[in-house]
Amino acid sequence: MEERVPAVELKGVCKRFGRIVANNNVNMSMYRGEILAVLGENGSGKTTLMNMISGIYFPDEGEVFVDGREVSIRSPKDAYELGIGMIHQHYKLVEIFSAAENIVLGVDADGRFDLKSETVRIRSICEKFGFSIDLSKKIYEMSVSEKQTVEIVKALYKGAEILILDEPTAVLTPQETKKLFSVLRAMKADGKCVVIITHKLNEVMEISDRVAVLRKGESVGSVETAETDMNALTQMMVGKQVILNIERPAPNNSVDRLFVKDLTCLNPEGFKVVDNVSFTAKSGEILGIAGIAGSGQRELLESIAGLQKIHAGEILYTNPSNGQTENLRNKTPMQIRNLGVRLSFVPEDRLGMGLVGNMDIIDNMMLRSYRKGKGVFLQRKPPKTLAERIIEELEVVTPDAKTPVRRLSGGNVQKVLVGREIASAPKVLMVAYPVRGLDINSSYMIYGLLNEQKRNGTCVIFVGEDLDVLLALCDRIVVLADGKVSGLVDARSATKDEIGLLMTKHGGSEEDEQ
Amino acid sequence: MNLTRISEFFVQAVMFGVPLLYGAVGEILTEKVGHLNLGIPGIMYVGGISGIIGGYFWETYGNPNNTVMCILCSLLSALAGSALMAFVYAFLTITLRANQNVTGLVLTTFGLGLGSYLGSALAGLLGTDTTISLNATSAAYKKLFWVDIKLFGSVFVSFGFLTLLAIVIAITASFVLQKTRVGLNLRAVGESPATADAAGINVIRYKYAGTVIGGAIAGLGGLYYVMDFIGGSWSNGGFDDRGWLAVALVIFAIWRPKLAIPGSILFGGLYILYSFIPNLPRSSQEIFKVFPYLVTIIVLILTSVRKKKENLPPASLGLPYFREDR
Repeated sequence: MEERVPAVELKGVCKRFGRIVANNNVNMSMYRGEILAVLGENGSGKTTLMNMISGIYFPDEGEVFVDGREVSIRSPKDAYELGIGMIHQHYKLVEIFSAAENIVLGVDADGRFDLKSETVRIRSICEKFGFSIDLSKKIYEMSVSEKQTVEIVKALYKGAEILILDEPTAVLTPQETKKLFSVLRAMKADGKCVVIITHKLNEVMEISDRVAVLRKGESVGSVETAETDMNALTQMMVGKQVILNIERPAPNNSVDRLFVKDLTCLNPEGFKVVDNVSFTAKSGEILGIAGIAGSGQRELLESIAGLQKIHAGEILYTNPSNGQTENLRNKTPMQIRNLGVRLSFVPEDRLGMGLVGNMDIIDNMMLRSYRKGKGVFLQRKPPKTLAERIIEELEVVTPDAKTPVRRLSGGNVQKVLVGREIASAPKVLMVAYPVRGLDINSSYMIYGLLNEQKRNGTCVIFVGEDLDVLLALCDRIVVLADGKVSGLVDARSATKDEIGLLMTKHGGSEEDEQ
Repeated sequence: MNLTRISEFFVQAVMFGVPLLYGAVGEILTEKVGHLNLGIPGIMYVGGISGIIGGYFWETYGNPNNTVMCILCSLLSALAGSALMAFVYAFLTITLRANQNVTGLVLTTFGLGLGSYLGSALAGLLGTDTTISLNATSAAYKKLFWVDIKLFGSVFVSFGFLTLLAIVIAITASFVLQKTRVGLNLRAVGESPATADAAGINVIRYKYAGTVIGGAIAGLGGLYYVMDFIGGSWSNGGFDDRGWLAVALVIFAIWRPKLAIPGSILFGGLYILYSFIPNLPRSSQEIFKVFPYLVTIIVLILTSVRKKKENLPPASLGLPYFREDR
């Protein structure tokens, strides 16, 4: 087996961005007829490494061999000529072009441009691997999964023999993931070299033949998937043993803190996005909110934080400092914040809400404290201390606190955001998708932080998508379906199936709040 | 208003619209590769004075009766002058990734100053402190490939070749953008340079080509103005706000060169409307000059309300591109 010539071989590859070392002395090889999983935590340099093979970045040091021949890949064009195609995590598609136009883009076909004859060729590729796409559909009308299909067809159309996919399943539903995996297997059977970048261990076990692990920008080694297991891989990836159990301390001194009563919110089109929702959140517990994406989770949290216009119903808050009950409906977001109700919403693009990409970590901390300080001058010292504490405690990978957050990798951005909200010692902490896109180590760190808040008597509301995590972390779970509460379950006794059923129960009747 | 008056109005609207059409088509090409060039007024101004300089040298040192050379000298000179200006913009914004708005505005200020300086210097050379007039060159422009168009049965109007060229360029630009591979690649560069780059398109080359060719086309607008519109003379600042009208026309035409043709006639018509309204007091005339901008605002409102992606500016307009950016 060792006699095979690798399709791509990397020897001692290094890449630096200023003072950040993204990759250091990486050795890796990938073969035809094989699916290689490149595994690593966030910021471990997986994407940077693959970008060097696909011509986006040029390595500072090291050698790249394709089919045993040393090559210099200076641009994506060079990569295509070597048969290397990459499907980036953020799709590289022109929104206003049709699928066909995107696929043929940039291909030199003796100057002629005949979309019809090209379409025939694209169709034959689709049939071979079992894709179904409408080639005349515009990209902006497509779902994420359709866009991904266009990307894959584009790479194949350009003759890619070595296909690199950067976190291809991050935005797919389980069904779409299954379909993608069957396509990848078909490519493997066709003798192509398939590389997927991921940090999801179950996917690695399911799809890959071999796993190459990166840790802090360096290659740790590679193993045959059949000869390893999840625990061993985690250890390689993290460098230390991680207990894959989420801790759940018993709620302690729970008192009712937040009452949501018959809450209804309308979207701009006038439809009810939150429909007559009622529940009670207690201090010292984690209340989970489950539901299919877009079932009203966002609007619910935003209305509690005062960011959403409330159509009907009210939100009552028992102030622990004086025992008085306040109606949050009549308050401005600033007043609600001052009562200790904090919202940490991690949107699909992490920088969209909450952090300013071009500002550094300290300045982003200051977004929450700019009202403090005397006169017109800002107080710079406390935010700086806080930024440094977050970097240290949450192990944020950054050269220093003065680096603009947009330069950090996704997971690190998220740590900064969640860390800042937790640091304000809130009375009610609402987090939505706080571990979206995070690797195992960082996810567990966030769970730990939430549990710490719970022990301190904070009322934590956790909106999540992973039912396993919801069941392991929360005390009670409110299930939303179509903006309505379709059930409220005890997370210690409920099962995944039970919640799954409630999530799809459209127009479901409300169960007793117990 | 009789037929003669109407056809007169039409001719003047077209004549006023031609420089705007050149400017708008040039700016559309520039914007389609993702660069907002607010230097267009300056580039057009420099295109005009360059044409004058080229024509002046041939008329003074060559043979003014050779119409082909008259045209060639001034035409090439205008193209070179405006392309050079556009190249400065391209180098600053593409290679050095300077802010496009600032660079463009600086170029306009610079271009207006440079044009006026050269205009004065040339007047000094001629020994007349007032105006320059290039009768032979101007006549050559008006006579080459001119066409008579019969309007309303009896009235003849004639347009010089720069008018025809403007329409040919606009139609060609539309065809190239929509129907050819080069056009597809070019639009991809303006929409999403990272996508174009990953697809193996030479983004930098396309950006340079779009801005420099676009600038050269805009410069022809200045040339038309000095040679055809005012008949071979130069007066500092005479070009007025035509450059800004051209930029507004880009929005009015929703980034489609073909639509800029009727758009330019409409803008021209609105702009000169006041002189066709009898007994209009002097004070009311100026208000007519805002009409083209008003219709641009209406178009902006309409496209914003409809939000059809195809009618919006190129997605990466104004953003610098650097492959290794994180």
